[in-house]
Amino acid sequence: MASEPEVAVTANAVLSVRDLRTHFLTRDGAVRAVDGVSFDVKRGETLCIVGESGCGKSVSALSIMRLIPENVGRSMAGSVRLEGTELTTLSERQMRAIRGNRISMIFQEPMTSLNPVLTVGAQIAESLRIHQRLPQRAAWERAVEMLAMVRIADPARRAADYPHQLSGGMRQRVMIAIALACNPQVLIADEPTTALDVTIQAQILNLMLELKQRLSTAIVLITHDLGVVAETAQRAIVMYAGRKVEEAPVAELFRNPLHPYTRGLINSIPRRTAAGRRTNIRGRLQEISGIVPSLREEIVGCAFAPRCSFAVERCSRERPALDPHAPEHLAACWEVARVAAAVR
Amino acid sequence: MSAPLLRVTGLKKHFPVHRGLPSRVVGQVYAVDGVSFDIARGETLCLVGESGCGKSTVAKTVMRLLAPTAGTVALDGVDISRMGEAQLRAHRRQMQIVFQDPYSSLNPYLSAGAIVSEPLTNFELASGQELEQRVASLFERVGLRVDAVKKYPHEFSGGQRQRLGIARALAVKPSLIVADEPVSALDVSVQAQVLNLLIDLQEEFGLAYLFVSHDLAVVEHIGHRVAVMYLGRIVELAGNADLFGAALHPYSEALLAAAPVPDPELRRERMVLQGDVPSPMAPPPGCHFHTRCPYARERCRTETPPLQEVKPAHWVACHLRPVGGPFGQLTR
Ligand SMILES: Nc1ncnc2c1ncn2[C@@H]1O[C@H](COP(=O)(O)OP(=O)(O)O)[C@@H](O)[C@H]1O
Ligand SMILES: Nc1ncnc2c1ncn2[C@@H]1O[C@H](COP(=O)(O)OP(=O)(O)O)[C@@H](O)[C@H]1O
Ligand code: SF4
Ligand code: SF4
Ligand SMILES: [Mg+2]
Ligand SMILES: [Mg+2]
Repeated sequence: MASEPEVAVTANAVLSVRDLRTHFLTRDGAVRAVDGVSFDVKRGETLCIVGESGCGKSVSALSIMRLIPENVGRSMAGSVRLEGTELTTLSERQMRAIRGNRISMIFQEPMTSLNPVLTVGAQIAESLRIHQRLPQRAAWERAVEMLAMVRIADPARRAADYPHQLSGGMRQRVMIAIALACNPQVLIADEPTTALDVTIQAQILNLMLELKQRLSTAIVLITHDLGVVAETAQRAIVMYAGRKVEEAPVAELFRNPLHPYTRGLINSIPRRTAAGRRTNIRGRLQEISGIVPSLREEIVGCAFAPRCSFAVERCSRERPALDPHAPEHLAACWEVARVAAAVR
Repeated sequence: MSAPLLRVTGLKKHFPVHRGLPSRVVGQVYAVDGVSFDIARGETLCLVGESGCGKSTVAKTVMRLLAPTAGTVALDGVDISRMGEAQLRAHRRQMQIVFQDPYSSLNPYLSAGAIVSEPLTNFELASGQELEQRVASLFERVGLRVDAVKKYPHEFSGGQRQRLGIARALAVKPSLIVADEPVSALDVSVQAQVLNLLIDLQEEFGLAYLFVSHDLAVVEHIGHRVAVMYLGRIVELAGNADLFGAALHPYSEALLAAAPVPDPELRRERMVLQGDVPSPMAPPPGCHFHTRCPYARERCRTETPPLQEVKPAHWVACHLRPVGGPFGQLTR
């Protein structure tokens, strides 16, 4: 097991995740979906988790929420503490009292978590009745208030709508209303705007950030979009092949990425600038050659080694430690000094 | 003057909406509602806009995978929009399509080699050893290993499948490739590989692209000119530098403002549009955009603004952008 420090912040953390491991036991062996991930979430901050598909973002979130059913054949380890409460050892009943109350989650596709045969008002009210023991009438009124808070026009009438009567953007607003109804300390949002058009994405992101401010909820925002990271987060974690490879305050991460994978990601996006001037007109984009490794085999050494232009012999033998290189800036790379010195 | 490679004029595609039993037509989806543009040889024209605005329908109608409701599609000066299949065959070779999801567009029961050979055999362009050589060189050209000819689509990664789709499209040496969201399903590092490949191929073979995307950064990178669509119509058509440097249509402005910029130092207050895109079954009268436009005036609710060339090669459909007008900030 890797030694401390593996996280950038410890003071004032609402959520502390330590050495989280979730492996799926399949017919052809274990899939190491999350392979030793640690991080802290500060009170009221927005922390982004970024990485390409399959790197373990959703499985991390679902593991924290204890939403991965046992019958899928998985093994889990590690610790998740929410304001001092260890979640991994709670009974399912105790966990139900916390989920949707002190920590909530929203998903890319709201339809998968909304009940199609209940009105949206009833779904918000239900959460309030269970967690806050509000009587029926008060819960309904509060549900309508929540719909107004997420800026659904004509909330009293909309509360009586079924999910399929709403647009994708409105459904995501409803999900946010349900998730925030009990004023949780942490909201985990897994690609909440990926299925939405950009103009609707902008509405939803603005709404989330504004409500976060108002309710001082910390947000863990999972995304594959570095643009979303740059525009929303205070800090970000970069994941690769089930591991955290870099963690830094956002401005620092973009100015001074220290892990070769993070650099590759940042350099491979076609860049727009706010002024509308592109840096690289029809020039070649930087590619990351090759593909992500299979999670079915145990990865020895650095998971990025087969694709890394900085790799040295040691990289395929020893897993690099996640060491601090600047304030709050961790990177798991043996060759950080060379990477930092290289031109981007 | 010679005709452009592709000229689309007044293209409309309406889909009837059926309800009830026995089913009757209760309305129309105005998916594409009067779209015109040209593409020159070797040029990339990008179509951008939010989902449902009609981009794929334009792509499919241009390819004649759908028959147009009205309007013409001329390839090298020849109108193909109403041609019968037999006649169309000769023109089909000139245009090929690459889809977003290579998985659903590749026959899962054919080997990769067979997928790329098929169009060559179909058009009787090669056979025997020559066929094998052509396929091998196509594989090499798109960055696939030649021994991958024996593999099946499911054995490839997403990026490799897209390369395979591109090899198939290239096989018949087309002059136009219609690419419908070809990199939207790919992760950014792989997306970069495919975009680089498309740009290289364009330079090497003088290909023209009709490139459909909802991602403005991708469009800015790959396009020469851009058409912005909203509810079945083009609202702005301009060269890349003009569109990304000085968009003139309020919807283009909003799209540009909404797209997140991967640079935290450029965090900004941005124009956020209110509301959702209206249904293409009942598009708002007048300017389709008036229900969300922060600058809308009375006249916008009733009068449809025509797409006009307000500056050389810069077309805009907005009442507030008259021909030759001053192009300052609009007031709300
Ligand atoms: N139930 C499961 N059984 C086996 N493998 C799984 C299961 N769920 C997810 N995985 C694998 O775990 C890895 C991480 O998945 P995920 O967390 O969904 O990635 P991300 O959200 O970053 O795209 C992937 O390789 C995925 O295929
Ligand atoms: N075969 C069809 N039948 C009925 N409606 C369709 C059909 N194909 C597309 N549409 C509708 O036409 C509109 C435009 O769709 P599309 O061209 O796919 O948009 P885009 O590619 O811009 O997302 C949408 O409202 C869509 O639902
Ligand atoms: S540890 Fe080695 S292989 Fe891994 S990112 Fe650093 S240099 Fe590359
Ligand atoms: S015509 Fe009117 S509603 Fe349409 S874009 Fe221009 S100002 Fe807005
Ligand atoms: Mg995911
Ligand atoms: Mg489409």
